[in-house]
Amino acid sequence: MALETDTMTKDPILKVEHLSMRFGGLMAINDLSFEAYRGDITALIGPNGAGKTTVFNCITGFYKPTMGMITMRQKAGKEYLLERMSDFEVNRDAKVARTFQNIRLFSGLTVLENLLVAQHNKLMLASGYTILGLLGFPTYKAAVGESIERAKYWLDKANLTDRADDPAGDLPYGAQRRLEIARAMCTGPEFLCLDEPAAGLNPRESLALNELLRSIRKDTETSILLIEHDMAVVMEISDHVVVLEYGQKISDGNPDFVKHDPKVIAAYLGVEDDEVEEVIEQIAEIAPGDTH
Amino acid sequence: MANITNTTESAGSNLMVRALREAFYAGIVALGLFVLYVGLKTDQNILNELVLVQRWGLLATFVAIAMVGRFLAVAYVRPWFETRRAAKAAAPAAEREAGFVARNFGLLAVAALVVYPILMVALFGFQGSLKWVDNFGIQILIYVLLAWGLNIVVGLAGLLDLGYVAFYAVGAYSYALLSSYLGLSFWLLLPMAGILAALWGTILGFPVLRLKGDYLAIVTLAFGEIIRLVLINWTEVTKGTFGISGIAKASVFGIWSFDVSATNNFAKAFGLPMSSAYYKIFLFYLALALCMLAAFVTIRLRRMPIGRAWEALREDEIACRSLGINTVTTKLTAFATGAMFGGIAGSFFAVRQGFVSPESFVFLESAIILAIVVLGGMGSLVGIAVAATLMIGGTELLREMDFLKRIFGPDFTPELYRMLIFGLAMIIVMVWKPRGFVGSREPTAFLKERKSVSGSFTKEGHG
Repeated sequence: MALETDTMTKDPILKVEHLSMRFGGLMAINDLSFEAYRGDITALIGPNGAGKTTVFNCITGFYKPTMGMITMRQKAGKEYLLERMSDFEVNRDAKVARTFQNIRLFSGLTVLENLLVAQHNKLMLASGYTILGLLGFPTYKAAVGESIERAKYWLDKANLTDRADDPAGDLPYGAQRRLEIARAMCTGPEFLCLDEPAAGLNPRESLALNELLRSIRKDTETSILLIEHDMAVVMEISDHVVVLEYGQKISDGNPDFVKHDPKVIAAYLGVEDDEVEEVIEQIAEIAPGDTH
Repeated sequence: MANITNTTESAGSNLMVRALREAFYAGIVALGLFVLYVGLKTDQNILNELVLVQRWGLLATFVAIAMVGRFLAVAYVRPWFETRRAAKAAAPAAEREAGFVARNFGLLAVAALVVYPILMVALFGFQGSLKWVDNFGIQILIYVLLAWGLNIVVGLAGLLDLGYVAFYAVGAYSYALLSSYLGLSFWLLLPMAGILAALWGTILGFPVLRLKGDYLAIVTLAFGEIIRLVLINWTEVTKGTFGISGIAKASVFGIWSFDVSATNNFAKAFGLPMSSAYYKIFLFYLALALCMLAAFVTIRLRRMPIGRAWEALREDEIACRSLGINTVTTKLTAFATGAMFGGIAGSFFAVRQGFVSPESFVFLESAIILAIVVLGGMGSLVGIAVAATLMIGGTELLREMDFLKRIFGPDFTPELYRMLIFGLAMIIVMVWKPRGFVGSREPTAFLKERKSVSGSFTKEGHG
């Protein structure tokens, strides 16, 4: 690969190896391998139907992959095989949080409550699985105070403090996107998966989102994997880009490398049938090692 | 319909004309509807012949009610609503400060309930108060307890349970069987019935909870029926359809008994004349205490992580799982907690009746409890208590409507129309308040101010 020297030194937080996912006759992901590095913002891009969200669902335990191995390595060195875990364990134990392409907030709960639900497991423990909390033990009260502090921190980061007591469903679209990210961060993840966080945002909101993602990486040392269609966002903030097409990886490297990869250009812009040969030749000229 | 009023002068008279016309149409529709149902009746005469009884007077009453009702609705009720709506729109959110009664509704209601039996005794005497304390008071409180239990499952966790009466039955039979066979006391069996019902809730919930929405509803319905059929057919233990009678009465913490023959009889101990009213009044306060405990636990639970997880589950199950919440155990705890309330209500029901039979635990009971939860507003304790009072108290009140006989004739029995009126009332409430009496939800935590969440944001759940 073109950037081997650069990436070899880095410490992979997530390793996807030979991942395949079959839906009946459709091979949504076909033998995909890539790595996301600790402290990086990794972008997963590709045309519609390339299998990006399927990869996400496999990583976060919502789908069981047909084949392959997904290894999450925590800061402390503990390793988890995500393909063997159920969806809630991926978050609770492996510390991988996610957001959704179509926003999934608890719209009838307030913004603050959304952030408290995200801290469920911690609070559950503090409340002695409800029993001590029901009896009014002070440990639970202290834990709630702590959780509210944490929620406040993320409300501030996501610029939602003014709307903390409003129902989540009442927020404008951009704020809902930010709240979903804040909620995912409240679970205390080491690895954050964002499914199209900039979809439907106006340029100003998009800018605010970039700011939020950068500060997440800087202040919490959380590594980020994001699916994105908005190339402005991808090129601006990501350190590492993986390009999918028809369930296979066609390019992998830093944004600059990917941007000029003819395979990526061909995948995105499309090529006429009679030009395929020509493009393959071009690719062979530019990156001889990449073709089979 | 077509005459749109252009000038204000003609508006009034136009409205009257329209109201009269619509009343006329309503009369025709009512006539068409009721002529065969009400106007004619087949009957047997002395010779066992089928004869047609004509009841034109009664038919005329029905038609008249429809016409007058329509006239009033078009001429007065609708304009009144419109002016009120316009007034509301003109002054949006201007000083919507809730009154004293609205703010302290819960406390006032509890205070009223505490003095209720005393008031009834003062008004009707010990013997006369029986009906009001028992049929109205205790029965309504049992339904409040049941509905609050179901509220946890349906209103908070959003799991549609059509077989809730099963846990009511488990509680009632737990008390009936364990007290008759083992002679255990009420105070031991009350929590035990709750625990047993919770256990059954967990056992039934485990295979069921992977289902969602309609499928879950149907399977819970089936489980409700299974429990009832077991009670009917396991005759060696449950005595089948005969039911279990002579169930031991509760005592005042074992100090005073309400058995007439007992030496520590309550009335004897205080030198009062013998009456069953003391027992009923005692049961009333016991039911009230149980309801208060249930309300306290529910309010507390909503502020616990588990309560928030229930509500989050109702809003979006997939998002819950993405946040590391084990949705299976969360659903099970909701099921078990709801079942526990049902079981406690059941054992209380058994001790109040002194008799249980499978007939008390038919699907209609589940439907009524669910209707109370939905009418009250899912998740709202106050709304549900109001709905239970209206629905159960209302149907009981229909038994008292003797004056209706003077209108509809001596063979008119208002009790038979209970379900009809019940249904009509439900339709009216659902049109008037689609989210139930209390449609908004109170947030469980807040930073600056507690704002209720409008019902348009909360979801009904589909798990």
